[in-house]
Amino acid sequence: MGELFATYPILAAFGMTLLLTFFAAIGAAVLGTLVAVLRVSPVPLFQKVGALYVNVFRNTPLTLIIIASNIVMIVNLGFSFTEDIARDNVYWAIIGLTVYHAAFVCESLRSGVNTVPVGQAEAARSIGLTFGQSLVQVLLPQAVRGAITPLGNTLIALAKNTTVATAIGVAEISGLQKTMTEDRIDLILPIILVVAAGFVVITLPMGLATSWLSGRLAVKR
Amino acid sequence: MTDSILFDAPGPRARARHRIGGVVGGLVVLAFLAFALWKLGEKGQLQADKWKPFIGVSVNDIDANLWVDYIVPGLLNTLKAAAISIVLALVFGLVFGISRMSHVAVVRWVCTVVIELFRSVPVLVMMIAAFYYFSFNNVFVSDVNALAAVVTGLTLYNGSVVAELLRSGVASLPRGQSEAGLTIGLTSGQTLRQIELPQAVTAMLPALVGQLVVVLKDTALGQIITYPELLNTYQQIGSTWSNIVPAMFVIALIFIGINYTLSVVAGRVERRLRGRGRATVKRVGGVGGGGAVPPLVLERAPTRSA
Repeated sequence: MGELFATYPILAAFGMTLLLTFFAAIGAAVLGTLVAVLRVSPVPLFQKVGALYVNVFRNTPLTLIIIASNIVMIVNLGFSFTEDIARDNVYWAIIGLTVYHAAFVCESLRSGVNTVPVGQAEAARSIGLTFGQSLVQVLLPQAVRGAITPLGNTLIALAKNTTVATAIGVAEISGLQKTMTEDRIDLILPIILVVAAGFVVITLPMGLATSWLSGRLAVKR
Repeated sequence: MTDSILFDAPGPRARARHRIGGVVGGLVVLAFLAFALWKLGEKGQLQADKWKPFIGVSVNDIDANLWVDYIVPGLLNTLKAAAISIVLALVFGLVFGISRMSHVAVVRWVCTVVIELFRSVPVLVMMIAAFYYFSFNNVFVSDVNALAAVVTGLTLYNGSVVAELLRSGVASLPRGQSEAGLTIGLTSGQTLRQIELPQAVTAMLPALVGQLVVVLKDTALGQIITYPELLNTYQQIGSTWSNIVPAMFVIALIFIGINYTLSVVAGRVERRLRGRGRATVKRVGGVGGGGAVPPLVLERAPTRSA
């Protein structure tokens, strides 16, 4: 097992996994909130656009989104950020992961909005808050606190889904797993154990933090 | 339902504001679409020759039919992998879900570890491991290895999810159900099989249909280990007609169409069950309280669909 760590950049690969997770999580949180606001807004067109976004990206395989971000966006349409192909793929993998998981963040937030009692919205309106004010000051804060569990599950799924980035050659852990297994089929069991253990180490704290936070932040009613 | 509680019925000024918002938003959407079309056109992706194969018109005398030769076989492979996986996942989930509720502590612990492990390892990692294991040990005929690997990965992950669904379904039943079973002289095993499981399975039906969407989407991971499923056909289509962008577009539409239909079915099933559940609650409540509340069961069931 020490041999594996000495020969292959295992920690660096897990570093890439974490990097993808970190930036895609921020991106998905921002974009997902935006789509959620669209979906609950009073303007019918905005609601339709939000619903369309969710239905399209929630039902498309992530593998397709990631591969399309390379083949379609970079190769065929020429949307490149840098000359460095490897870095460009990392950027586009983050965008792909963001776009896909934003749909799930949106749905998590909407399920959080469901936990807010009708009286809260009515009270906010009756003291004269506008739609925007009642959304930002009353509803969303409670919705986020009620959505901690599904949001946490989305974060865990995101961390695991970064492995798909290997489809466009991003140097994260499942790509390295492939290389290692090809080279050293005799070590297939240690390799899978190392990779699996890595993911347990990454996702376990997320799960624990989620249940701790959801208990702590839950709105006592 | 939730949308309407967030704002009052708009007055004349608010309606005017919403109209302006709608027009501005519409313009933004149109501008975005126009930009996308312009960019596609500029890069020559809208040429008729790239799209003709999709309506069965032969281009440059290529003697192949895009649908018959590529898309349909790919789709069949996708459906095959998904179908095998969901059946095996149900078996896996049933076995481990029930064993996790066993009275023997060791069995319970082993099942917990297995379920939690397979839930926290990415499906792709399991597929890659299975693929190389099968290939190097010649477990299957060479062209079955990829399918077997896809099925293995999907079964282990989704089976664990099903096991969890089953357990939380049983756990959220009112205690009166199992107590009643034991009181009339059933063993605990009989109570589980004849009273608790049927209710839990019904309660988790919508989540189960939703899980089908996850399985179907994840078959596309097979592309990475060279399983010739639907997504994989973009390469052959692209190299035959050099129309990768249209091919991607059509493949995405097929996936979205199937998955969206499944999601709608899941929603229907859930509404029907909720309707039925409410009726049950009322009737039971009238008799003596402690009625089952299936809607709560449905809401508590964990869905890891991302």
